[in-house]
Amino acid sequence: MTPAALSRSRALGWAAWLAAAILILALPWPAFARTPADRVIRVEGRRFEYAPGTVAVNMGDRVTLELVATDVVHGLHLDGYNLTLTAEPGQTARLTFVADRPGTFRFRCSTTCGPLHPFMIGQLTVGTNDFFWRAAGLIGLAALAAVWGLRR
Amino acid sequence: MTPIHLELTQPPAVRAALKNRWPQWLAQAGLLAGFVFTILIGLFGPAAGNANFAVIAVWIAWWTALKLVFIPLGGRAWCSLCPIPLPGEWLQRGALLGPASRGWGLGRVWPRRLRGAWLQVAGFALIGLFSAVILTEPRVTGWVLLGLIALAVVASLVFERRAFCRYLCPIGGFTGLYARLAPLALRVKDPAVCAAHTEKLCYTGCGAGYGCPWGNFPAAVRDNAYCGLCFECLRSCPRDNLAVSLRPFGQDVVARAGARLDEAWLALLMLGSVLVYTAVFLGPWGWLKTAAYSVGSPAWLGYAAGFGLINLGLLPALFLLAVWAGQKLSGSRRSLRAAFAGQARTLAPLGLAAWVAFTIAFAFVKFPLVWAVFADPLGLGWNLLGYSADTAWPDVSAFSRLAQAAVLALGMYGAARVAVRTADRVRAALPVIGFCLAATLGLLWLLIG
Repeated sequence: MTPAALSRSRALGWAAWLAAAILILALPWPAFARTPADRVIRVEGRRFEYAPGTVAVNMGDRVTLELVATDVVHGLHLDGYNLTLTAEPGQTARLTFVADRPGTFRFRCSTTCGPLHPFMIGQLTVGTNDFFWRAAGLIGLAALAAVWGLRR
Repeated sequence: MTPIHLELTQPPAVRAALKNRWPQWLAQAGLLAGFVFTILIGLFGPAAGNANFAVIAVWIAWWTALKLVFIPLGGRAWCSLCPIPLPGEWLQRGALLGPASRGWGLGRVWPRRLRGAWLQVAGFALIGLFSAVILTEPRVTGWVLLGLIALAVVASLVFERRAFCRYLCPIGGFTGLYARLAPLALRVKDPAVCAAHTEKLCYTGCGAGYGCPWGNFPAAVRDNAYCGLCFECLRSCPRDNLAVSLRPFGQDVVARAGARLDEAWLALLMLGSVLVYTAVFLGPWGWLKTAAYSVGSPAWLGYAAGFGLINLGLLPALFLLAVWAGQKLSGSRRSLRAAFAGQARTLAPLGLAAWVAFTIAFAFVKFPLVWAVFADPLGLGWNLLGYSADTAWPDVSAFSRLAQAAVLALGMYGAARVAVRTADRVRAALPVIGFCLAATLGLLWLLIG
């Protein structure tokens, strides 16, 4: 193969890898439609943790979050939805929202509660966390592209 | 094809600015003043970590800047400004600025048995064991910083050159490992000029500059790991044979020669540490956070055992297994020890990407804290920068997740390239690539799974 042909073949190869990456990120994900429901989720906030630490709801659910602080004042700020609530010890704070953004979101304590306060974190998953699988596909593709790029 | 190479010190003004001691000295002295202030605020300032300047300035602002800016772009650029070795170095040299006739200190040679990165491995592992306390308790942060500067002074007074930076600084091990990936490098321009120059002033020193504080003979420097970018060689070389240049990323990690076992362990510890830190600090497992924080308790002992098992047992064993499988698949005659050390270079791009992704995950959302402590550094209720707790911050979670995934994909790409280039054959690299893929996907799950 001449150097020009080799160069053209490589350029085509990289274009194909790029197209595959775009496909992985943009391809529609199979959604399993479930009827939205009203969900009440009770989360206890205590020394540097939420219980339960992970919460899953379906896309479109109308979610009522109940935060109960069992020791000191705790807050809960939900990334992605930009919602915050604060609970006094022994009391319950509530907020309701529609889970209309799919993915996994962290919720974190928003009121200083002790030394590990910045790391008091929980996790809400809405529907399927398809971004994780897309990212995993992208990482696998990156490994394949690297080996392909160095083939002898 | 010759890699792109851009000499930054070609313009006389740039070369003169780097040869002049004042700009670097002023920056270091300013940072030393800030460092002393940070220690004092850590020891005597607000007790709450997220309101204390020392905790936020060091573990969020500086630690983030080191991982996102200094190391990926400048390698050991931070080392050229770091204030920690400064007081010891002043005493050792008996001068604040230019070379003096004699200083203080015993000037002993660092013991041969203690050379390499083993002490830095131990230091970083020790920080890992106590990280939940160091990162959140201002008093502990203050004592750790004070301890580091005291250790640097003692090392400078007992040993020659920068023994602390080269062999003891736990952050130095981290920085040196990943500095190999950076595009910035200080190297000799023409090795033949050095070979013909008998005085070797870059190593011994002269009136214009000190002998290399890191103990390097610049003509023999092949990678960024142990060059602290102090620019002394640039000053002392009478032939102007040194240059600071930009080159493509990752140039130093693909060299097969010079791979060392201590550096392989350091790379594995760094990778394991970021996995553990992500689980402890960003995971939803409160029992794990409590265990990491409750130093001395049975739960902490369990955490310490798990930390040691993962970093010094499980990960090295799995990596060794991958290297061994690669050797078997390819029929390579290289010794397993050499292959283990050589292919551990793969962990440099992977590890740096992992640390960057981890940092993106926690630092961006904590930025308001940085503004708050800089607005009120003493914790006296000041508001020097117009900070308001009611400011509505943009939600960075979507961007943050995308950035973490992109950085991990880049790290995997780099790791796979290094794996192929440091192995005898592509087949020998495949199990190591599999190891890297598993580690990356594990971290991805911890971050956004």
